[in-house]
Amino acid sequence: MEIIYLLIPISLILLGLIVWILLWAVGDGQYDDLEGPAHRILMDEDRIVDDKSEQAKK
Amino acid sequence: MVSNLSKSESMPGCDDSGTGVAGACFHCGLALSPDLDFRLAIDGAERAMCCHGCLAVAQAIIAAGHENFYRVRTETAPTGRELIPDFIRESEIYDTAEIQRQYVHRLDAEICEASLILEGITCAACIWLIEQYLAGLRGVEQVRVNYATQRALVRWDDSRIRLSEILHSIRKIGYRAVPYDPNRQQELHRRQRGQQLRRLAVAGLFGMQVMMLSISLYAGAWSGMEQSFTFFFRWLSLGLTLPVMFYAAIPFFHSAWRDLAQRRVGMDVPVSIAILVAFASSCMATLTGDGEIYFDSIVMFVFFLSASRYFENMARQRCAGSVEKLVQSLPLTATRLQANGDREATVAAATLAIGDRVLIRPGETVPADGTLVSGFSALDESLLNGESNPLDKQPGDRLLGGSINVTNPLQMEVGAVGADTVMAEIQRSIERAQADKPPLALLADRVAARFISIVLLVVAGVAIFWWIEDAERWFDIALAVLIVSCPCALSLAMPTAISAMLGKMQACGLLVKRAAALEKLNHVTHVVFDKTGTLTLGKPVLSQVVSAAPYDSAECLGIAAAIEQHSAHPLARALVHAAGDIADRELSGVFSVAGGGLHARIDDVDYFIGNCEFITANSCAEIPGQWLESIDSDALSAVILACADEVMALFTFVDELREDAITTIESLCARGISVTLMSGDRAAATRQVALQTGIGNCRAGLTPQQKMEAVQDLQTAGAVVLMVGDGINDAPVLAGADVSIAAAGASSLARVNADIVLIADRLDGIDQVFHMADRTRRVIRQNMAWALFYNFGAIPVAAIGLVAPWLAAIGMSLSSLLVVINALRLTR
Repeated sequence: MEIIYLLIPISLILLGLIVWILLWAVGDGQYDDLEGPAHRILMDEDRIVDDKSEQAKK
Repeated sequence: MVSNLSKSESMPGCDDSGTGVAGACFHCGLALSPDLDFRLAIDGAERAMCCHGCLAVAQAIIAAGHENFYRVRTETAPTGRELIPDFIRESEIYDTAEIQRQYVHRLDAEICEASLILEGITCAACIWLIEQYLAGLRGVEQVRVNYATQRALVRWDDSRIRLSEILHSIRKIGYRAVPYDPNRQQELHRRQRGQQLRRLAVAGLFGMQVMMLSISLYAGAWSGMEQSFTFFFRWLSLGLTLPVMFYAAIPFFHSAWRDLAQRRVGMDVPVSIAILVAFASSCMATLTGDGEIYFDSIVMFVFFLSASRYFENMARQRCAGSVEKLVQSLPLTATRLQANGDREATVAAATLAIGDRVLIRPGETVPADGTLVSGFSALDESLLNGESNPLDKQPGDRLLGGSINVTNPLQMEVGAVGADTVMAEIQRSIERAQADKPPLALLADRVAARFISIVLLVVAGVAIFWWIEDAERWFDIALAVLIVSCPCALSLAMPTAISAMLGKMQACGLLVKRAAALEKLNHVTHVVFDKTGTLTLGKPVLSQVVSAAPYDSAECLGIAAAIEQHSAHPLARALVHAAGDIADRELSGVFSVAGGGLHARIDDVDYFIGNCEFITANSCAEIPGQWLESIDSDALSAVILACADEVMALFTFVDELREDAITTIESLCARGISVTLMSGDRAAATRQVALQTGIGNCRAGLTPQQKMEAVQDLQTAGAVVLMVGDGINDAPVLAGADVSIAAAGASSLARVNADIVLIADRLDGIDQVFHMADRTRRVIRQNMAWALFYNFGAIPVAAIGLVAPWLAAIGMSLSSLLVVINALRLTR
């Protein structure tokens, strides 16, 4: 069971990493809008005929 | 295209999008008018639209290739009915240098950035539509719409597109956008939210580790565990609890310290004592290797408490944000005239001084209080006093900032600015009313404070008793009593139930700003409704056309609409809207008489359209007695069309009731609540609505002050009053009532002051609020009962020394868990 002295520090390092990622995500504003992206991902965007793509075709 | 086609019922394929309902406008979902027929092919089927506005909006959406919007949306779009007439000039104001300086942030020479407040977002498909549409515009570099706050951040190239054009484009697809100044307050809110979330994350993540370790420790205590592992796990738990203690739990200590410094005992004082004592004794136990540790209880406690506070705070901030969303009640700019009245200059409204002369064009909002110097016009003061019809004003009359000039240009001498205006006075009276409101939270705090004082006394007593009796066990037993009586479950009982309820309410389209209001809702005995905009839609709708003998109603409507196109009066707009497509007619000699009507010449025939006085004064036509009677008795707004020598048609208008007004009032009555209607509008119109909805008590012609007094009278008579309103004039009453609900589309002031805001444009939310309040109260009672039973039941057992501290900790955690699970039932 001495392996636990190795496994637990590893899990702690992972924990530190997760905390760091989470804090970064909060700071980056990833949690500012929790509802929009869930819907946004469902929308197809390939039917758009906008000025820019038309310009690109020309 | 005025036609007598039957209602475009049963549109094929109308129901497949989930929100398209037969008989309702495909775009906005409002009922179709039977005499109108607007159709547009969308997604391979003919769709019926209710009006020009919606048709234009839908055409703009289809033309840009965003048909997808109709497929993925979950709610109908905002109606286009009112968007068309006056948005063009309004948005050009935003191109003036003064306004640009305030709202537009220049990143470099050409690239600009501005934050926009969006109105009319009903579901997530709307943000997609806005983003795609704007991104497709030439010159727009980046668009980011935030669904939660309903804000957009737009970056554009100023040399290729102007801000006004962007705003214009948003209007074109049916939404309203206003630039706003993301001030310090909001930035502060955002940072605070981030901070809270970080603390919550730390408490949660480290808490999980601690819980994991303690489960092994509990299992080890049961089945045996090597001393070295126990020792290691304990130190590890201590280490992992440190970030929770010294980062996540800081706000509790902070607030407890603030309370103590002010010689009060708040809810955070017992919480902090429990956390600190448990932590100190656990540290002692870890250092000495003897005794129980309670790190698991600490982290769980901190995590649950932080979570409930985070959710409550978020709901509040979100509502504060939606408040600023509505267009400002005072305009940004004013047109100032030189003393002799011939030179005009556009200036920021805030720079106006007393004695300045300003020009107010029809459709503009009066920028400050003042006296009318020249011009005759009707002014819409509904925002200030609830009067739904525009009032006639002549030179010498007082004009109030925030009212809207409806018919003719006016010149006004500014009499009061800033804090001296009536608008500011209303705001102040609201602030006073808010300060008067007895916060329920104080009571809860007092109860908890008393509870914790008793607990501390009991702990001291038990410690002294056992010190004398059995000096070896006194610390163990005293600690067990303290742990067992830790009011964890007690302090979780309310916040968990409330945050679960807040989430559920939000999903139902109800924004609860002050959770304490829910508690009071259970005792409500009286509901007071405002009329205009709350029970009714707040817009006149043409209800009846009566034509005189030789004339045809449809023909009369066509003529009337053609003339009324030249007026901005609400009744004129209702006529134009009802007529739908207006045939091109040669109009000449159009003139309007303020507060009277319009004259125009079509094909060499003179037409007059307006109220009775205007018709008798200008044409030789005689108004049939029957008409006069029906105008008087129905108390409806009416307009008469006449040619030079005879009357042609009578148009009557009603302010339509909201669809669910009657059922909502029925259900309130079924709950045994008495319903009152209080309106600033005329007595007859008010009585009419009261009759239609079955409200027994109605009071008309009330000023905001009188409304407030009426509500206070009810309150002194022992009633608990729920106020439902929408206008600025309702704001003081909303703040003064025991509980207040702002109807959908309420003015910003009303939203600030209401406890609950209906987001969905329906009244049946009120019934839902009552239902949820009832369920929440039951859950809180169950939780409280359990927590008290557990605490008071366990204390004597612990005090006689039958509970080991570790057992006390498990008991406490389980009792907290039970409370949380019970609260979560509310979300179903």
